[in-house]
Amino acid sequence: MGEHLLANYAEVVAVILFGIGFTNLLLQKNMIKKIIGLNIMDTAVYLFLAEKGYIAGHIPPLIVGENFNPDTYINPVPSGLVLTGIVVSVSVTALMLSLTIRLYRRYHTLDLDEISMRLKKEGL
Amino acid sequence: MELIRNFPCLSIFMAMLSAIISSALKGNGARRLNTFVVTAVGVMSACVLYLTCTTGESYVYKMGHFPAPIGNEIRFGSLEAGMALFFCVIMLFSLNGGRKKIQIEIDPGKENLYYIMVDLLLSSLLALVYTNDLFTAYVFVEINTIAACGLIMIMESGRAIEAATRYMIMSLLGSGLFLIGLCMLYDMTGHLLMSYIQISVREIAESGTYMIPLLVTIALIVVGLAIKSALFPFHAWLPDAYGYSTVSSAAMLSSLVSKGYIFLLIKIIYRVIGFDIFVNSKIINVLFVFGLAGMIMGSMSAIRENDIRRMISYSSVAQIGYIYMGFGLGTTVGMVASVFHILSHAATKSLLFVSGVGLTDVSGEKTQFIELTGAAYRNVAAGLAFTVGSLSMVGIPLFSGFISKLLFSQAAVQSNIKMLPTLIALAVSTVLNAIYFMKTVIRIYTPIESKYPSVSIKKNRLYAFTLLCFVMLNVALGMCSQPITDWITQGLSVFA
Repeated sequence: MGEHLLANYAEVVAVILFGIGFTNLLLQKNMIKKIIGLNIMDTAVYLFLAEKGYIAGHIPPLIVGENFNPDTYINPVPSGLVLTGIVVSVSVTALMLSLTIRLYRRYHTLDLDEISMRLKKEGL
Repeated sequence: MELIRNFPCLSIFMAMLSAIISSALKGNGARRLNTFVVTAVGVMSACVLYLTCTTGESYVYKMGHFPAPIGNEIRFGSLEAGMALFFCVIMLFSLNGGRKKIQIEIDPGKENLYYIMVDLLLSSLLALVYTNDLFTAYVFVEINTIAACGLIMIMESGRAIEAATRYMIMSLLGSGLFLIGLCMLYDMTGHLLMSYIQISVREIAESGTYMIPLLVTIALIVVGLAIKSALFPFHAWLPDAYGYSTVSSAAMLSSLVSKGYIFLLIKIIYRVIGFDIFVNSKIINVLFVFGLAGMIMGSMSAIRENDIRRMISYSSVAQIGYIYMGFGLGTTVGMVASVFHILSHAATKSLLFVSGVGLTDVSGEKTQFIELTGAAYRNVAAGLAFTVGSLSMVGIPLFSGFISKLLFSQAAVQSNIKMLPTLIALAVSTVLNAIYFMKTVIRIYTPIESKYPSVSIKKNRLYAFTLLCFVMLNVALGMCSQPITDWITQGLSVFA
């Protein structure tokens, strides 16, 4: 068990980071901290993918001249997935930030629970 | 026939393109374009349904230049095509039913933005239905979430923005779990195309080497999608999101967005993991228990609610519980019942939302029950339609809700240990449904001298016509259930 954890330390770090991000997104009251949690969570997934795509001793998948041997390259698909994931995560973060700005302008606080309390009091 | 095979790909692109064009159009133009696109996609899906039903096969359509193990694919059989057609029909009806409210509640300058979101929602739903690639599914899940968030917050009231924020947070938690799950699955199998993943998953299951990681992966994916489709303990965002958005949004969110995720889950169960491996994992018992809990707790919350919109929303929690309970039974009959309930619930819930808004309109825009007294006399069409929807939800014969309850009970009888809890939960849930829906129907048919003016059908013909279409769809699902269950069974058989 222990030696498996040490041998795959990057995956272990990725999963721990994912947990940290997930709990932050779920439990923080402050919107900005929630968004930071979201970004940690997404980045942990990219770390996991990047680690999985890397094959020790292989070179980047670039074709130079006539030399083409697929066995010497690392797996390029996870890198593509990471890029796509980053695009998705950027757009979602932008949307969350814009929602936060809307809420802050209206209620002058970033605390989501307090906003809910105030909405309930208003009875709207 | 060769031409029809291009239609699924074409319909996704058409919906996406119309969203881009709509950003340059004014509100009216965007509305017309949206109606045209939804109708056209519906017609194309009907053609695909005709093709797949006559041949009884499923087709693979290559996207891009790379062949199968590396490239991207679309795959469609009769179930996918029928679902796409059904989604288009419900979307068209929901938009038509809430058209007046959209014009009133949304700033004139922002109307085209609303239709952009609707177009994007349609394209992402179609992609979720048709795609054969797991990562493409993830990307379109996110597009679906963003479009749904836009539909909720378009009203720009404080409540709507808060509801949208809470919806986004829960959705992002769900998609995070789904993403890490599919990355682990890719790590174990080395494939992203669903059919190829299944071959590798079978090898893993047979050799028995990576059983715990496989179980964790299945759990992550299923829980992620369950959070997004508001299964019972994760439903806290739902009543606000449905209750404070414009009526078309609420109808589409409850009957299309959550159903899109559930359809993706069915696809993952059959095509990625394999039905037998999924049944043998312990996950289905968890789904079963949460489904049962959702059926009871959703109805309990609905009974306590004093707001008609929020009551209908809580009823959705109970109905989603039914669907997951059907998954939890772990039989093909249970799956057929769940797929039928997806159709039945989508048709009924959007009818209830659209007719509910007709009732609140003639009660001074108030949603509390006390104000709704006698509303069915002030708006006859909405009152009748709401009654039909309520009867269907309770499970009266002739309407679609009866058939889904019948199918669930038949499926329950076929399983040993799960029979008794399922039947008890069905009975209790039916009684609870009857309590809150009949309470509302009696309330709206209580004659009273009202201070609010009444509305005649002639004043809003489009609304009345939409309600009639909804009612007919509901009765059709209830009366012609045999061909529909045959179609679902056939579709599921070519699904894997």
